Amino acid sequence: MRALVAAAAMGVALVSAPPADAQEEPEGPLLAAPIPPERIEIGLSTETIAITSDFAGVGLTIFGAIDNVDPLIQRQGRYDVFVILEGPSSNIVTRRKSRVLGIWMNVESQSFLDVPQSFLVASTRQARDITTSSTLDRLSLGVEEVRLRPGKVSPRGKDDVTEFTEALRRLKENSGLYQEFPSGVRFISQSLFRAQLHLPADVPLGRHTARAYLFRAGTLSAQTTTTLDIRKAGLEYQLFQAAQNQSLLYGIAAVAFALFIGWLGRVLFRRD
Amino acid sequence: MALYLPIAEMSVNIFVLLGMGAAVGFLSGMFGVGGGFLITPLLIFYNIPPAVAVATGANQVVASSVSGVLSHFKRGTVDVKLGSVLLVGGIAGSSVGVWIFALLRDLGQLDLFVSILYVVFLGTVGGLMMAESIRAMARARAGATIGLRRPGQHMWVHKLPFKMRFKASKLYVSVIPVVLLGAMIGMLASIMGVGGGFIMVPAMIYLLKVPTNVVIGTSLFQIIFVAAYTTIVHATANQTVDVVLAMLLMAGSVAGAQYGAKAGQKLRGEQLRALLAALVLLVALRLAYTLFITPDELYTISTDFLL
Repeated sequence: MRALVAAAAMGVALVSAPPADAQEEPEGPLLAAPIPPERIEIGLSTETIAITSDFAGVGLTIFGAIDNVDPLIQRQGRYDVFVILEGPSSNIVTRRKSRVLGIWMNVESQSFLDVPQSFLVASTRQARDITTSSTLDRLSLGVEEVRLRPGKVSPRGKDDVTEFTEALRRLKENSGLYQEFPSGVRFISQSLFRAQLHLPADVPLGRHTARAYLFRAGTLSAQTTTTLDIRKAGLEYQLFQAAQNQSLLYGIAAVAFALFIGWLGRVLFRRD
Repeated sequence: MALYLPIAEMSVNIFVLLGMGAAVGFLSGMFGVGGGFLITPLLIFYNIPPAVAVATGANQVVASSVSGVLSHFKRGTVDVKLGSVLLVGGIAGSSVGVWIFALLRDLGQLDLFVSILYVVFLGTVGGLMMAESIRAMARARAGATIGLRRPGQHMWVHKLPFKMRFKASKLYVSVIPVVLLGAMIGMLASIMGVGGGFIMVPAMIYLLKVPTNVVIGTSLFQIIFVAAYTTIVHATANQTVDVVLAMLLMAGSVAGAQYGAKAGQKLRGEQLRALLAALVLLVALRLAYTLFITPDELYTISTDFLL
């Protein structure tokens, strides 16, 4: 498998960060610190990834850097990083089959609004070892924490909605679209890190958001966001575009092509 | 070797699809059917989204019907006039079918509906064919002559008004059943992704009393247009025609068809029909099985088009 390497935006910093006093909950960029706080950067060498005809999933490496690293904290291994690649959102319907007259058919359904079509998260270690579950939840730092907002709530009650929500999450996980890589982020030097994710074969197309969070001893100290376009390339892309935008022409061309192949088959393999 | 399908949005094994096309082509060459009724379920078994399988199946039917109809034109066994009247109904039926198709997809019942249609039609046609060929084989063993009942007896179909003369078929019938038959097949074609030959042929023989020698040519002739129209409408309304997928299937089926035709010449007519019936029943059973067994996963997700 090829690996796509999104190259580094490197920053090197030797300045010490302020001593860690933060064992408490309030996070966010430290304000008015006397010594500059850490900053995190991630770099993508390319703003687009093109899916070609042999696409069967691919490894994606995102490099990043931390500015103003506190060497003490670094030596103690108390810096942790999350890198998340989130796909474009769409409204999704989850349907549940039940037996009707012996036949299994979709009976109940529950819609969800603005569901990320994919959610890949890499971290330096198990998320629950890095920070509290309320922080994980607030920042959506894991598959369990992806926000799945139900549309119109069905009359069947809350428990049922929970069941649909769990099913949606499970299906996304099974297809590799929601994935966690608990040791996917590795420090390659004091301030540089590398996040490795795997894009599944059916990764959604469109604008993905890459987010990175730096935790210092369990507390969020910096974050950053960038975007990545995933689209089809080459002939596939042209065909997809044509099917979407020039659909009538596309249909006529498909038929003309079939007529030609049919005629060709007759000429090549004359059966009578 | 993996290939990415641009419309189905998935990676597939190129050899599996070529093989699938070849196998169906072999069978269609052997039995003289379009093969759409086999291609679409096979694609669905291979996890191609049913919406794409149906629309692409229609596209593939165009190619296989053209190959077939050209040889029928050469032999003069196409009733263009009858085919055109069927076509009028077919186009109307197909338009309705595509509309129903989109509606069912939005309601999340498309997969179920397509499966049920396949089970019902393949089950019925396969069962009837099987019974008929077994009777024929029994008669052949008893030494009786084999032949379909000749037209001549009049049914209610022949008492309807708006009669029209079809010279090539030596027929004088009302256009109402012809147009209705065309419409029904057109509708099925667009929902099931088939040419509809496997329903059209027996209906023309038993209902309209069309002579058997012009039935297949005429049916193929109108199927080309209905399938072509269905392909274009699916492409514009649902964007579900995958030309890469269609190309693989066509390449396989065109090559497979000639070997199938050779193999078919070595078998007797009623044996051939019994074999085809067995095959049709097998596909129906396999589809029925998925309807009735408890699925591993009760939940499915799809992008919401209605919101």
